[in-house]
Amino acid sequence: MYRRPHMFTSYASEAKILSSTTQRVAMAVGLTVLVLMPFDLPVINQLPFIRFLGDSDWLRPVSTVLVFVIAAIGLNILAGVAGQVSLGHGFFMGVGAYSAAFLGGDATATVYGHGLPIWIWLPGAGVGAALVGMLIAPIAVRLRGLYLAIVTLGLVFIGIHLGNTDWGRRFAGDPGLGRDFPTLDIRLWKEENPLVSVSDDGQWLWFDAATNQKSYLVLLAIMLVMVLLAKNIVRSRTGRALQAIRDRDIAAEVMGIAEFRYKVIAFAISSFFAGVGGALFASLVGKLPASEWDLFLSVEFVAILLIGGLGSITGTIFGTIFVVLGPLLIEQATRWLDRQTESEGIFGILADTVLTEGPGDFGPVSTGTQSPGWPLNVFDWNVALYGVLIIVFLIFEPLGLYGIWLNIKSYFQRWPFSY
Amino acid sequence: MDRIKGFNPFTSIGSSALTVFIAAVVLFLINRAIFETTVLVQTLAKALGLGAVYAIVALGFVLIFKATQVVNFAQGGLAMVGALFLSFLAVDEHIPFTTIQNPLIGIGPSWFGWGLSVLVALVFAALLGLVIERIVIRPMIGQPLFSVAIITLGMEAFLRTFANDSVRVQLRPLGIPWGTGGFTLGGTVGDNGITTGGAFVAWSYVAAVITAAVAFVAVFLFYRSRMGVAMRAVAFDQEAAMANGINVGLVFAIAWAAGAVLATIGGIYATQPPIAQTGAVQIETQFIAFRTLPAVILGGLDSVQGALVGGLIIGLAEISAGQYLSQFSGQLGAGYPLIVPYVVMIIGLLVRPYGIFGTPEVRRV
Repeated sequence: MYRRPHMFTSYASEAKILSSTTQRVAMAVGLTVLVLMPFDLPVINQLPFIRFLGDSDWLRPVSTVLVFVIAAIGLNILAGVAGQVSLGHGFFMGVGAYSAAFLGGDATATVYGHGLPIWIWLPGAGVGAALVGMLIAPIAVRLRGLYLAIVTLGLVFIGIHLGNTDWGRRFAGDPGLGRDFPTLDIRLWKEENPLVSVSDDGQWLWFDAATNQKSYLVLLAIMLVMVLLAKNIVRSRTGRALQAIRDRDIAAEVMGIAEFRYKVIAFAISSFFAGVGGALFASLVGKLPASEWDLFLSVEFVAILLIGGLGSITGTIFGTIFVVLGPLLIEQATRWLDRQTESEGIFGILADTVLTEGPGDFGPVSTGTQSPGWPLNVFDWNVALYGVLIIVFLIFEPLGLYGIWLNIKSYFQRWPFSY
Repeated sequence: MDRIKGFNPFTSIGSSALTVFIAAVVLFLINRAIFETTVLVQTLAKALGLGAVYAIVALGFVLIFKATQVVNFAQGGLAMVGALFLSFLAVDEHIPFTTIQNPLIGIGPSWFGWGLSVLVALVFAALLGLVIERIVIRPMIGQPLFSVAIITLGMEAFLRTFANDSVRVQLRPLGIPWGTGGFTLGGTVGDNGITTGGAFVAWSYVAAVITAAVAFVAVFLFYRSRMGVAMRAVAFDQEAAMANGINVGLVFAIAWAAGAVLATIGGIYATQPPIAQTGAVQIETQFIAFRTLPAVILGGLDSVQGALVGGLIIGLAEISAGQYLSQFSGQLGAGYPLIVPYVVMIIGLLVRPYGIFGTPEVRRV
């Protein structure tokens, strides 16, 4: 259907993930870029403005984005698709991470671990979190709206406390340092040399790859599988049932959708994604204390959802990129500005007004990392800005980045009749 | 309100288990009253003090929720910023003009001067509440409840940044006239005039109970006034209230100012026993809001008496668990009393999903 973007002649064609040629081409280009991202390519590096990351500082944050996308999609299925607000996503991520550590981690004198390979611990992390989610769901089904949000918020505190009890430490390790999590190495079973080594630099097929580049590719593959899974859940019978419950739960029940069962399913799916995301995040970081799965993490995911756009998986990806990479951009910008201090012209003036490098300066951003008092440092400004961003997005663009994207897209789709 | 539900085993098991549990607790307390009266009195005093603080902060949540249908997650940030206002006025700027010989802690700020700076700090806090309401909450009228609640989380992140930054290096004392001292009930006076074995009651428990009593009486009286009736009407139905000529914006503003004032009072008491021993604002001060949420939810989000009852129940549960389960602290983990409120909240919600006094939401197709 050329130039009729919103006309569908069958349900199947409407439910297609990529419904137009443009989308298919864009997806193919996007995937190629994503796959090539971590490599230093000889030709492309010569082009202006296009830089692939190579083994740069940015590769790790980008890998974090991939992991957060998985977990955020889980929350989106629960909050955006099924309409059940949860502030306890960090808790389920933690459950997943410790399930993974229990199955795949190395046992020491103080912590459990069975050293199983990734193809067991990764699904195991999801299943472990999903089981806990199903355990909590019957409580959650009785509650609505803000009551549910606050109970799930309580889960976060209870979870961190459990991780610090004597028996919780057998899973979570020392409360201050945490424990080692399994690496992304792909093994068949517990053999010494992994089938595909991810956790150290070295040869892969015919090219050299550093550990960051390798883990990026592994995480990218996992993320693509999970995104496809989520897309398919949302457009299946289950997804439609969840949307019906979100829109009006009594009406959905009247239509024959078993509310209790589908809410439990929503919690299970959401926790599954959270568990997988949490396990991968822990694996990427390597060592985390139990207190890391806190309210701030959960709020970060809610922010991802709201900034990206509630209920849309594409939006979730936008939101994650924005929330994870945004603070880094600000940090980089400050560092860049710091280098401009001595220079003449507008950037020098800008640096002088914004930065505080010592007593006598009055800029709002301090360049020291640990400086107390009024000129806040960059990290503090990031937290504050992130609060402001949540507020600004909710007030001015409730559909989030996805809404902005839809506007841009429909402008071009409707051209020349766009207004 | 009764309708066909999916099978939920927690409903009946929850209520019968709760009955058994409450009976066991009551029997245990009677046992303690007979055998260890002093410890019980001390525990109850502490529980009352903590419960009163929870009730004050919970009242702030409830006032804001009733008027604007918002759970204000920024109460913690407001509490800390408000307490910092007081620290700034009373300690840094020496608003208490004179220091006097105080009967309780020796040389300290005068009661009058300190009281004055508390009043000024509360006015500042109320102004902050008004500003937040005007800039952040007013544009969100009519938006989904969840979005507005999340906006307050964003506000919390913003306030917390500045508040944390000012106490990170050194605590900010509040110059509270009664300090962290207290008096002893009962006990035996030895030859040297020192009392041993009595139940210790901190002055802050007494002060918190008095403040809570004043706050609740004030709110109940306020609800009888013309403005209070308007506020209840707004809580019932915003559009209908507006159609009847009630200034909904003014109601919102009053609720937020009152909420910020109550949060500040909570923040001041959060630096006192039994919550903290320092008498100074520190990073932990802001957690008073998250610690109070179980009390709000247990009592019912939209009920003033619920805030009082919920606060007292949660305070009692937390303190008595800390006192009587301390022998199991190895299995329960250090700091387990802080988790008790959430556990009590979840059990309570299994039995009454809208809290003890909360109004069930009417659901229509």
